[in-house]
Amino acid sequence: MTLPRFLQHLTFLAGLTIGTAASSAFAAGSLVTDISSHLISVTSDFTGADLLLFGSVRDDESFKTDELGDIIVVVRGPQKNVTVRKKERVAGIWVNTESVEVRKVPGFYAAASNRPVDEITTPDTLDRLRIGPNRLVFQTDVGKREAASFKEAIIRQQGQSELYTSVTPTVHFLGPSLFRTTIHFPANVPVGNYTAEFYLFQDKELISAQSSPLFIKKFGLGRQIFDFAQNYPTLHGIAAILVALFAGWVASALFRKD
Amino acid sequence: MPVYLPIAEISVNLFLILGMGGAVGLLSGMFGVGGGFLMTPLLILTGIPPAVAVATGANQLVAASVSGVLAHWRRGNVDFKMGTVLLVGGIGGSFLGTWIFALLKAAGQVDLMISLSYVLFLGVIGGLMLIESVGALLRNRRGPAKRKKMHQHYWIHGLPFKMRFRKSKLYISALMPLGLGFLVGILSAIMGVGGGFVMVPAMIYLLGMPTSVVVGTSLFQIIFVTANVTLLHSITTQTVDVMLALLLMSSAVVGAQFGTRIGARMKGEQLRSLLALVVLVVCAKIAFDLVLTPDDLYSISLVEGKI
Repeated sequence: MTLPRFLQHLTFLAGLTIGTAASSAFAAGSLVTDISSHLISVTSDFTGADLLLFGSVRDDESFKTDELGDIIVVVRGPQKNVTVRKKERVAGIWVNTESVEVRKVPGFYAAASNRPVDEITTPDTLDRLRIGPNRLVFQTDVGKREAASFKEAIIRQQGQSELYTSVTPTVHFLGPSLFRTTIHFPANVPVGNYTAEFYLFQDKELISAQSSPLFIKKFGLGRQIFDFAQNYPTLHGIAAILVALFAGWVASALFRKD
Repeated sequence: MPVYLPIAEISVNLFLILGMGGAVGLLSGMFGVGGGFLMTPLLILTGIPPAVAVATGANQLVAASVSGVLAHWRRGNVDFKMGTVLLVGGIGGSFLGTWIFALLKAAGQVDLMISLSYVLFLGVIGGLMLIESVGALLRNRRGPAKRKKMHQHYWIHGLPFKMRFRKSKLYISALMPLGLGFLVGILSAIMGVGGGFVMVPAMIYLLGMPTSVVVGTSLFQIIFVTANVTLLHSITTQTVDVMLALLLMSSAVVGAQFGTRIGARMKGEQLRSLLALVVLVVCAKIAFDLVLTPDDLYSISLVEGKI
């Protein structure tokens, strides 16, 4: 194990401990929240996962339980830089012409609320908190107007592969203070560090916010193969060739007519 | 039944992958083409990222080719001397091809160039083979034709460095297979295939080798070309998905064995006309995709570099 990789593991473990502590032990303002699991393991039979996100609203000076509050839950995936290319018809065939590099594109985005978000708070607040895929802010080197169609393409295609979902009304209150929701992670979900954000509103005002980390990591044989391919690429290549040579020989030997 | 692929990072249906491997393996054994020109587009259609499809396809072709070569070798249908000369040229060509690939990639047009070269080569080769083999089939049907000369003599037969290839019953300049290997090496690096679909017709029509020896010899050369591609991709891009390759292999090697048996029972011109049809169908599909308005004009790819 190389040193940077070791450090990565260390920070991962530290993050896990702090995350669990942050979400269950101390509560910011009036919210206490947790996730059914802070770690989704992607094994060879992974077909997606559902996580339960839940919490309770506490009665204190900033929040009055006799009036109902509103909850918005957002899960964001690891950010990546992507190149978006646009095709145009040139001499009868479709050719990539323009391209825009877009930075800080989350690999996953899902959100849930207890009622339509525009009833919960003002558009300004929604924009500021980036609630809903259409309010995501990406970085590009080109002008806003030029980049618009490229950003829409990202949101559209991520939506088609179930990686972006718009805010669903799936936060349910169980009594005046306890709430829960489930977020679905499809099989093609990218691995990496996620955050789960909880927002509490009352009278269109943001009262309290909480964020806890969430990790999606590969485990089991798949993880070992992936690590081997990343850490020892030459050996991995040779191993892949040897496996192929062996498989070919076995098949030929099995089918040999003596 | 879903299986999660660790490098491709997606979940695929086990039986779909096994079926694809088996079908491509069957064709590979029958015609002596590695099947990369079918496998790579099929994998991409399944939703596997193109880089993973190319690299893993190459890995799978190693297994299919070994299985095929062993079957042909037992029948004495591999010209190792010819295969080695082709291979030497092929390795030289693949270095030049990799360099050209890098240039195209920098220009952002690599996908288009891959498609265009597929259409060009598949179209020309498939068309020529179809015309020739159907002609031969028709001649046979009309009864015993006048026996043609064993070999026709062109200017290429006057080249120096003559070598005797006993299995192929040829006495030709070593420069010819060397040059052919070189050209195919360039193509396979650019198009991400073993190059069998170019190699097989070229060996038949340009070198004048007997069809029976061509298939085994082509597969022999493809083993090394695809092994080299697997290693290069593993080192530079880490896109070889061993899990996917194993699934494809396990069904492709079985398919290749049946394919070899079917191929052995068929006449050379029947085999060639069938291969020509398969090649033309793939060509038409790729050409159609170039002209057809895509569902989404925008495409997204990750910016190169580690995350």
